[in-house]
Amino acid sequence: MELTTVWFGLIAVLWIGYFTLEGFDFGVGMLLPILAKDDRERRVMINTIGPVWDGNEVWLLVAGGATFAAFPEWYATLFSGFYLPLLLILLALIVRGVAFEYRAKGHEDQWRNRWDACIVVGSFLPSLLWGVAFANILRGVPIDADKEYTGGFFNLLNPYALLGGVTIVLLFLTHGAIYIALKTDGPIRARARELGLKTGLGAAVAAVLFLLWTQILTGNVGSAVFYILAAAALVAGLAALLKAREGWAFIGTFVCIALAVAGLFVALFPDVMPSSTSSLYNLTTSNASSTHYTLTVMTIVAVIMTPIVLAYQSWTYWVFRKRISVQHIPQERLEAPVG
Amino acid sequence: MDPLDLARWQFGIITVYHFLFVPITIGLSAIVAGYETAWVRTRNEQWLRLTKFFGKLFLINFAIGVVTGIVQEFQFGMNWSDYSRFVGDIFGAPLAVEGLLAFFLESTFLGLWIFGWDRLSPKLHATCIWLVHLGTLFSAYFILAANSWMQHPVGYSYNPKTGRAELHDFFAVLLNKVQLATFPHVVMGAYMTGAAFVCGIAMWNMLRNEGEVRETFRRGVRTGAAVMLVAGLGVAVTGDISGKIMTEVQPMKMAAAEGLYDTQSNAPLSLLTLGSLNGEHHKAIVEVPGLLSFLGTGSFNGEIKGINQLRAEYKATYGKDPGQKYYSPGDYTPMIPVTYWSFRIMIGLGLLAAAIGLLMLLVTRRGRAPTGKWWVRGAVVLPFLPVFANSFGWIFTEVGRQPWAVFGVMTTAQGVSPSVSAFDVWTSMTLLTLLYAVLAVIEVKLLLTTIKAGLPDDAPPADDSDDIDRPLAFAY
Repeated sequence: MELTTVWFGLIAVLWIGYFTLEGFDFGVGMLLPILAKDDRERRVMINTIGPVWDGNEVWLLVAGGATFAAFPEWYATLFSGFYLPLLLILLALIVRGVAFEYRAKGHEDQWRNRWDACIVVGSFLPSLLWGVAFANILRGVPIDADKEYTGGFFNLLNPYALLGGVTIVLLFLTHGAIYIALKTDGPIRARARELGLKTGLGAAVAAVLFLLWTQILTGNVGSAVFYILAAAALVAGLAALLKAREGWAFIGTFVCIALAVAGLFVALFPDVMPSSTSSLYNLTTSNASSTHYTLTVMTIVAVIMTPIVLAYQSWTYWVFRKRISVQHIPQERLEAPVG
Repeated sequence: MDPLDLARWQFGIITVYHFLFVPITIGLSAIVAGYETAWVRTRNEQWLRLTKFFGKLFLINFAIGVVTGIVQEFQFGMNWSDYSRFVGDIFGAPLAVEGLLAFFLESTFLGLWIFGWDRLSPKLHATCIWLVHLGTLFSAYFILAANSWMQHPVGYSYNPKTGRAELHDFFAVLLNKVQLATFPHVVMGAYMTGAAFVCGIAMWNMLRNEGEVRETFRRGVRTGAAVMLVAGLGVAVTGDISGKIMTEVQPMKMAAAEGLYDTQSNAPLSLLTLGSLNGEHHKAIVEVPGLLSFLGTGSFNGEIKGINQLRAEYKATYGKDPGQKYYSPGDYTPMIPVTYWSFRIMIGLGLLAAAIGLLMLLVTRRGRAPTGKWWVRGAVVLPFLPVFANSFGWIFTEVGRQPWAVFGVMTTAQGVSPSVSAFDVWTSMTLLTLLYAVLAVIEVKLLLTTIKAGLPDDAPPADDSDDIDRPLAFAY
């Protein structure tokens, strides 16, 4: 197999890692004001993702870095072209990242409410915008002969892309609700199950519409198989949730997201960023890639490091496998107020 | 302003800001790890309390370092897309490896360290923070390898067919001689920064406490000061080596450090000057004969090339189109007042920090405890000195390379994103700067609150892991 194909696959894997993992912690973030009845429950929710969210976010950074290394033209066109949406994602991720750490440093309602708002917005905006961005990549955007994006900001806000964004938001909400059901105990666990079913139905409808639309736009046989399996995984996951089998339900949404993203990459291949101006200007795995030498170096590093990373990240989830409930949240020692 | 100037300002603002926090992260993770290991070995609770106290400050600082780092990963593509296209084959690899090797390690093991107090054995727990530190070192290595390549491109060739620079020797990039001097210089600077942070804060708390708490903070002052002095020596030695390599690979930068217009043997280093530094009204007030020659060549009589001669030389080398897509006609002089003063501020702040560290080590020896408000002032000022020395060091080295982005290969102007408008950059620069300013205020407030709250009074984690309802040892 061509190394460019291998790297296309590896970048798909990195995005799958990002969406399946950060997906649930985005979901938990968005659900913060919906699922929790008081501050202790909000703390329960935050602490289910506390030890892992940052590691999950690194999948995004590595996807970005790997795209730069393996497909510099893709990295350059995508990030300069989608400048303003990316800026919004970055701003959201910044406030969200500090919010987890800083929220716990003050005890006034106002202080916490503000950081909670940062967590909610910081989880919602990137979910929506990554959906919009990926849908636009699949649909094709105006790219000229110099590989430069020539559309504006509003060009990206078309109905298809917005449906992509909404689908991702609903999937992450469901993924997050199931994660809460899996990782907590007490009343919040039951509430999370109920909510997961409701958002799950919405997610199923949106995902079917979006994937069908995508299949009509760009699909091939391979992508259709992935989409059908993804939909089946979601249905199976929701059925498991109905029977209060939270572990299986989580596997269901996890696999659904993984297969759906895989299907999108299958549909994209061998393009990495098709041009809506002319198919002559499509960025492809061959005209956007690095040299064979660089890809070889990167392959060696990836082959050695990826299993190690997966091993220790899995170990983290094992270390923090216990469910958390309100009685596990320590009483706060009141320090001097801040803010 | 045109999009190029805006993009340069934005890069400068967000990168300098990011690097206020990075050296503290690198240095402080090592010191906190050292404290925890000392506790594991001796079971002396003073070490544990220092671990937890500085651990809290470390996390407040780390949070901003991480989130501002996300922007770094994307801004090359966003604002410097032509640069990214041209160098991606070389520059992208260290960035990707940094993510895979360093970021995963840091973030995962930091999560384990923060929440793992009651889940991991003390040894394993201490190992986690050492791995975080190792992650910071990997991160520094790969990102500095990328930067060193911009200072002194090696291991590549220009491919006229694809119109870009292409890698043919990854190890040449990793073992670039500029990198071999820069990496230890930056890491030693980071240790010095973390140590000054510890020393200053511990001193401040030592002065206002008594008894056990005072004794605990005395350990903080002394370990901090000791690390700072050793690291400071490392900074000086590696800085000296850096200077010589720089004189060889980027002679213009060395000339710009002094504002030396004409080639000279036994070139002096001026400590203070009056005038515009444009070569005509340059009036040195205090001057050390031969010092610039010594810094650049290792001999007081060594020859340092002047800006005028180098300008002519560079013009002859780079001024005509060498048949490449990217070449640079024009002037090759960086902004002399910026390089001149940032070079001096870098060295001056570093020396001042080391001097304060030495004094603090002296006055706390054998159980002594100084009094007086000058020590309070020294303690407050100390942590800021190496932080700003780092900033000015980078301002010197990056401004001194201009007009090049990749020395001798591609100018900064050639690298900017053609599809990003001035409006786009105004928007991002304004929003990022405002957000960063707000975060700076919050971070300083949080640090001050935590510093004032003093030592946490934790006992070592109790071993009652059978109780499933036991509260978490740490929770947000």
